[in-house]
Amino acid sequence: MSAKRVSYFEASARARVAALVDPGSFTEFCPPAQRRTSPHLAQLDAPVAFDDGVVVGAATVDGKPVLIAAQEGQFNGGAVGEVHGAKIRGLLERAARERPAAVLLLVDSGGVRLHEANAGLIAISEIMRALMAAQAAGVPVFALVGGACGAFGGMGIVTRLCDEVIMSEEGRLGLSGPEVIETVKGVGEFDSRDRSLVWRVTGGKLRRGLGEATRLVDDDASAFRAAAVAALTHHRNAPADLASLKAAQAALTERRATHPDTRDGLEVWRTLGLAQPEAVPMLASDEFNRQLDALATEV
Amino acid sequence: MERFEITLDARPAGAARRSTLCGVVASGNLEVLVELGQDPAACTVEVSTSADGFRDIWEAVLADFAERHPAGGLRISINDAGATPAVVSLRLAQAFEDSAGGAA
Amino acid sequence: MTASQQWNTLQQGRTRRLERAAALAQGKRVEADQVVALLEAIIEPGDRICIEGNNQKQADFLARAMVQTDPARVRELHLVQSVLSLPEHVDIIERGQVSRIDFSFAGPQSGRLARLVESGRITIGAIHTYLELFGRYFVDLTPQVSLVAAQMADRQGNLYTGPNTEDTPAIVEATAFKGGIVIAQVNEIVDTLPRVDIPADWVDFTVQAPTPHYVEPLFTRDPALITETQVLTAMIAIKGLYAEYGITRLNHGIGFDTAAIELLLPTYATELGLKGKICTHWALNPHPTLIPAIEAGFVQSVHSFGSEVGMEKYVAARPDIFFIGADGSMRSNRAFCQAAGHYACDLFIGSTLQIDLHGNSSTATRGRIAGFGGAPNMGADARGRRHASPAWLKAGREGRGDIAMPRGQKLVAQVVETFREHMAPAFVERLDAWDLAEAAGMDLPPVMIYSEDLTHIITEEGIAHLVRCRSPEEREQAIRGVAGYTPVGMGRDKRAVENLRDRGIVQRPEDLGIDPRLATRDLLAARNVKDLVHASGGLYDPPKKFRNW
Repeated sequence: MSAKRVSYFEASARARVAALVDPGSFTEFCPPAQRRTSPHLAQLDAPVAFDDGVVVGAATVDGKPVLIAAQEGQFNGGAVGEVHGAKIRGLLERAARERPAAVLLLVDSGGVRLHEANAGLIAISEIMRALMAAQAAGVPVFALVGGACGAFGGMGIVTRLCDEVIMSEEGRLGLSGPEVIETVKGVGEFDSRDRSLVWRVTGGKLRRGLGEATRLVDDDASAFRAAAVAALTHHRNAPADLASLKAAQAALTERRATHPDTRDGLEVWRTLGLAQPEAVPMLASDEFNRQLDALATEV
Repeated sequence: MERFEITLDARPAGAARRSTLCGVVASGNLEVLVELGQDPAACTVEVSTSADGFRDIWEAVLADFAERHPAGGLRISINDAGATPAVVSLRLAQAFEDSAGGAA
Repeated sequence: MTASQQWNTLQQGRTRRLERAAALAQGKRVEADQVVALLEAIIEPGDRICIEGNNQKQADFLARAMVQTDPARVRELHLVQSVLSLPEHVDIIERGQVSRIDFSFAGPQSGRLARLVESGRITIGAIHTYLELFGRYFVDLTPQVSLVAAQMADRQGNLYTGPNTEDTPAIVEATAFKGGIVIAQVNEIVDTLPRVDIPADWVDFTVQAPTPHYVEPLFTRDPALITETQVLTAMIAIKGLYAEYGITRLNHGIGFDTAAIELLLPTYATELGLKGKICTHWALNPHPTLIPAIEAGFVQSVHSFGSEVGMEKYVAARPDIFFIGADGSMRSNRAFCQAAGHYACDLFIGSTLQIDLHGNSSTATRGRIAGFGGAPNMGADARGRRHASPAWLKAGREGRGDIAMPRGQKLVAQVVETFREHMAPAFVERLDAWDLAEAAGMDLPPVMIYSEDLTHIITEEGIAHLVRCRSPEEREQAIRGVAGYTPVGMGRDKRAVENLRDRGIVQRPEDLGIDPRLATRDLLAARNVKDLVHASGGLYDPPKKFRNW
């Protein structure tokens, strides 16, 4: 039988790190044996994890030095608590000092850990500041999104700050999660139980189609690695100076005008002019990317 | 949450062991951290579990583990979020195996 | 002899009912807004009524109409139907229109039903198996009025039931040929049907329902939810049971445990060289999780009780495998498939909630009158079977010993995890079914599979070959031997269990050469619903709730 595909969606944070980096190259910072667990969860008498749900460390990818953080989506939905956040922030600050080839953020998170409220919120803003400081120091930051929790809330914003966003269709990216939107605005606005709709709106394909994700890959850890290797060779830069920020703002304004009152990814595919909009969800990522690139060249 | 520590007699695991973590703290699952302990003839297990009132089952599962594997000299720490005995046994076996890997 | 005996009272009753209804219909055609009046005109107090609804297809529009009838006119009914699964089925009871029910399965309404029974508002005749209830349709529970569901009718009243034919032929045949009235709700009325599943002269009225009849995708199991433990029990089943007995003809339950087995056929079973040697002929609904095995060439034939939402195009494209009409769509038939599962299969394997020390199993728990549907038919030795097969003969030799008259035995296996969620043990000293029977005043505790029929139990601890046990004491120790850390398992006689292991009656994974650490989800031929769609070449069209794309 052929080598088995490792599903990135199903893999644990540690398994994702192992599949992404060069074999044997990973050194973990603050490893589980140090037991840096959440004091907040302990106070609430809730289960803790020895790594507080995030693995951070240094490794090489394709021989190039990287710093890497991987959130464990299965532990409290990958939510960012005080310790969890401090580990990511510390990694990014280290990146600004050490200047590795890139930082890889394996995002799998619903956002702030509600149990830790303000500490989690502060942690998210500290991550953002540290991320931009790393970028300012010339270190590109790549987000990889392909887990069950996607990248939502504060981690959705963090993901959008990154230079490259590598996603699978199964990965999702947004600010408010579908359940939150339905709770606040009603089921008529967004039916969070319509899984198909949820993925057509928040999933990796639409994010790639709208330019928020820079690369779309299949749900396969080796495909994520290949995309990371490619990004290490050549990557997009997130807008940083005033001119590029203004250009990004103008692009968003134009996008709003191109897709007015759009409620479903299918409408976007139709507007963009893809031949068979309803066939898009089943396309393998190679074919999807090919069709999308063909449109870009036509324009 | 219920917390307790159990010390089991066990055949020595041998020197070539490394610290390892197996599993995830998620509903119905657990993480097992294996480290090197002091006494080569004993395996200590520290359990922290969200399911209260199952200490006798834990003791039986851990006793079987120590009987089936040479776990002496290992210090095992567990964060459990309501895993069944089947999952606990499996994670312990996986963690034991992992702790031998890459040590040579 | 006194005055001449009347031999056609049923026919006269039928004529009387039809006369009352004539003004409400144009021939056989009834408008949707006339249906309540039609039911009030036709139904007489004390009637036996069948509202078609299995666990899949539902005559839901007609059920809603029943709830709108006048309780003063439509009353004292005796419901005789497979399944009480719609809220309306229980609403009619709560409205005081029903005095007695005979059924098979209550599914989602089992809690409400239990409360009605305990408060004495309804009497249960019996909780049947499907075949048993269908049998009684032709003996002493023949419906006077049947309300059925079809996809289409033509102008004459012929019905097309399509892939979800299910119970309709059994219900309609019993009713139409014994002076009863058949009313069919249909999704569409057309000039020409794709094919005729029910002939027009068995049908009295057709009504186009405002919305298509509901079909529950009950047999779709998302591979993403299969656990490592289920992969392990599937490996044990394949190696310790399927390969051991060379099982080619079988029926699977609908749980994740058996879905895992289906998904391990193209991988693990193929690696063991079992392709062509096991699992070739099935009595089974078109389970989406069977797609990879079909595509891998494992499967030669599948006959189905009903269809499954989203599988229509795939099934139609595999006519060598499934039963397909001249129109190209599948034909299912619950009664025939139940008979096939009972008589023509060598193995039934399914899951349960509780198993006792004798090996009786039940899914009934206190406060829920659920019933078992078809499992007891599949999960019982077919005493009337007279044809041999290697698997059946081997089980017979093991189970009956060296008796003078050679005879086989059906293999009946239950696969369970020793603990269910919330650490509820699957092995118990006493089934909850006893308490339920007591509370509900039932003659029999609702047992799904009786001890004497159960030949194997599979758990993550291994397989117990109960069929090989020589005494009740051995049997009890074999059950305790695979009951793990449940109180029943902890109460085992360790020496006795080791002795059973030596004799191959209890086999641990290691006794079968299975390393539990290799029991990972990587072994599944499909790990999610999208993989199933890809495996089907895009023909499988899963319902929205199973998609994440």
